[in-house]
Amino acid sequence: MKSVADQSNSTGEGRDRLSRRSFLRGSLGAAGGAAALAAALSPLRMLDTEDYTVEKFLQKHYKEMSPGDMDSVLDRIRGEVEKRYAIRPELRDIKAQDGVEFVYALHLGRCIGCRRCVHACVQENNQSRSPEIQYIRVLEMPKGSIDVEQGRHDYDRPTVPDPDHYYMPVQCHQCANPPCVKVCPIEATWQEQDGIVVIDYDWCIGCRYCEAACPYWARRFNFTEPKIAREELNPNMAYLSNRPRKQGVMEKCHFCLQRTRAGQMPACLEVCPVGARKFGNILDPESEVSQILKNKHVFVLKQEVGTLPRFFYYFDEDYPRNTFNKPLPVLPGGSHG
Amino acid sequence: MKTYLNFLWRCFRLSFVGDWRYYGWMLGLTIIVLLGLNAYAKQLVYGLVVTGMTDQVSWGLYIANFTYLVGMAAAAVMLVIPVYIYRKHELHDLVIFGELFAVAAIVMCLLFVQVDLGRPDRFMHIFWRFNFPVSMLTWDVIALGGYLLLNLHICGYLVYAAYRNRKPSPRFYVPFVFVAIGWAISIHTVTAFLFVGLGGRPFWNTAIIAPRFLASAFAAGPAFIILTLQVIRRYAGYQVSNEALRLLRNIVTVAMTVNMFLLVCELFTEFYADSAHLASTKYLFLGLHGHHGLVPWIWTAITLNTIALIILYLPFTQSLRFLNIACVLMVVGIWIEKGMGLVVPAFIPTPLGEMVEYQPTLNEALVCFGIWAFGLLLYTIFVRISVPVLTGQLTLNDNVTPQAATAGAIAK
Repeated sequence: MKSVADQSNSTGEGRDRLSRRSFLRGSLGAAGGAAALAAALSPLRMLDTEDYTVEKFLQKHYKEMSPGDMDSVLDRIRGEVEKRYAIRPELRDIKAQDGVEFVYALHLGRCIGCRRCVHACVQENNQSRSPEIQYIRVLEMPKGSIDVEQGRHDYDRPTVPDPDHYYMPVQCHQCANPPCVKVCPIEATWQEQDGIVVIDYDWCIGCRYCEAACPYWARRFNFTEPKIAREELNPNMAYLSNRPRKQGVMEKCHFCLQRTRAGQMPACLEVCPVGARKFGNILDPESEVSQILKNKHVFVLKQEVGTLPRFFYYFDEDYPRNTFNKPLPVLPGGSHG
Repeated sequence: MKTYLNFLWRCFRLSFVGDWRYYGWMLGLTIIVLLGLNAYAKQLVYGLVVTGMTDQVSWGLYIANFTYLVGMAAAAVMLVIPVYIYRKHELHDLVIFGELFAVAAIVMCLLFVQVDLGRPDRFMHIFWRFNFPVSMLTWDVIALGGYLLLNLHICGYLVYAAYRNRKPSPRFYVPFVFVAIGWAISIHTVTAFLFVGLGGRPFWNTAIIAPRFLASAFAAGPAFIILTLQVIRRYAGYQVSNEALRLLRNIVTVAMTVNMFLLVCELFTEFYADSAHLASTKYLFLGLHGHHGLVPWIWTAITLNTIALIILYLPFTQSLRFLNIACVLMVVGIWIEKGMGLVVPAFIPTPLGEMVEYQPTLNEALVCFGIWAFGLLLYTIFVRISVPVLTGQLTLNDNVTPQAATAGAIAK
């Protein structure tokens, strides 16, 4: 290899010619390189530029916004929704109330696994329909086990319940010690005073660390731009809950806070045909959930991971199995990979 | 300052000068980089749906490569420790090649994190609301950023000092070298903690991950550096002694032995106890509920690593040719073990027991190849510049054109 050095020294008198040639070669190379770079980046022409405005880039974190900031952000979002879905939404930033801590209780003896909660949730919370994002996953469990690995996710029968199984719906447990909040590098997700773990969809960078951290597989990621038909959009929205999301951010169950913080029940509860779902304020000793936690055989899923869920499962020995005998058709489950 | 800018300009010029092999290599890498960039542009438009990742397996090749490369970067210290702690000064210049590799590896790591984000345009949010010290990801940002700066400083200082024909003043770099040694171990430990800290993922939630990370990194990293040194001394005309390679070989042998031992410890604990903890491990090594996607991968990795270890230990394979084979086997074997074998199985089955397998897409693979090609491009340029500087062919005082002055050091 050393010989090349001698060669180029010996051609010293031809250096001028050489540099002219190398200049030509260099400019040709630069032009070719620029063209290749432009070609490589050409898919970016399809990028939705409305998603990448200076205003959005400079938008503050939820907790740092003044009421005025929030108003202008809400206005902007209303405009975006109107433009896209031709509906002026009832969009609010609805805050947690003092003296309220929400808790969910689910009666495993009653649930028949019909998945009506799954779909009521999708409609209420403006999840993408294509690909469909579902917050609730119902497991069909063999009797005698609470090991989720024994459960079936994609069960499909003419009618449910199947007498040899029981059904266990799983959604965000709004843990008091939430691993998803702990791992988020940028505080895009946090726990509110009423116990609901929320996400600022305008702050999330989409690293999916929270999704890896959740022991209940409760979080969902928008792998592509969510699609909802205009007529299916629910116009009753809150900033931290069911306003339309964008590609590349995380979402999950938030106990329908646009409803529950306004005194209503969650959509999954209202639709349940067998009354398996109970929801309320645990700080109120007279509430139904307080009574259930006090009097029934209650347990939480995966207690060993120490997340302190606010979502309880219970059995009720006063309620004999299969009292509810009328079978119902089952609705489809979510994606299975 | 002017001298320094002139130095940078000459470096820039130099990186476009070489023989036909250099041009061929650089052109090939550039094409792969552009293909990767094109694939990433598509991902930006359509979202991460163009990858094989799902809500069930939410991290894939990107995080696997990131994890592997953090180890490669950390491994630069395995060259530094003998020089500065055991005072083996014949390795002194080689340290620069190791640390330059660390710089390239960290750049690749940062790119792999960036391409994994759903909203890369919001990356700046990390500076406004930094969830430190609670989120391990913030620790990783500090560790990787700091390591990049440390290595840039050390290499930059030593190379620039050589360029100016000055003896580097130990005050300006030796303290940084010692900090970098500790820091290197910390980058890989923190990256391991990123996984280990998740109680909901039993496959990761074990203390052995961090030591295994370090052991496999200290095998694969120096193995890669041995291969690059072989290339450098063959094509870049830089003298690398056989002793240096033998020392690295010893390091690799010990690290690989420890790595295999830790693997055995882990397998015994998992399989003998046979608890619910086992599901992901069983999926990885034997297959579970009729799903076997990773089984061929992991056994390939174990086979490669075992053959490499046998080559390193047998007395009649002491020649450097065999060492090259062993290094290639380890670099590949540990990539599989740490990438596909560590990141992916933790998601299978899901925390709710669902079995969904992961299959990377072509687009995802192209992005990965693009980043690797970019890293190799960077490293080639670093070597292309530092070899003539370190051998005294490119200095402040020479007034020859870069072509002539440095033609002796033809890079790959």
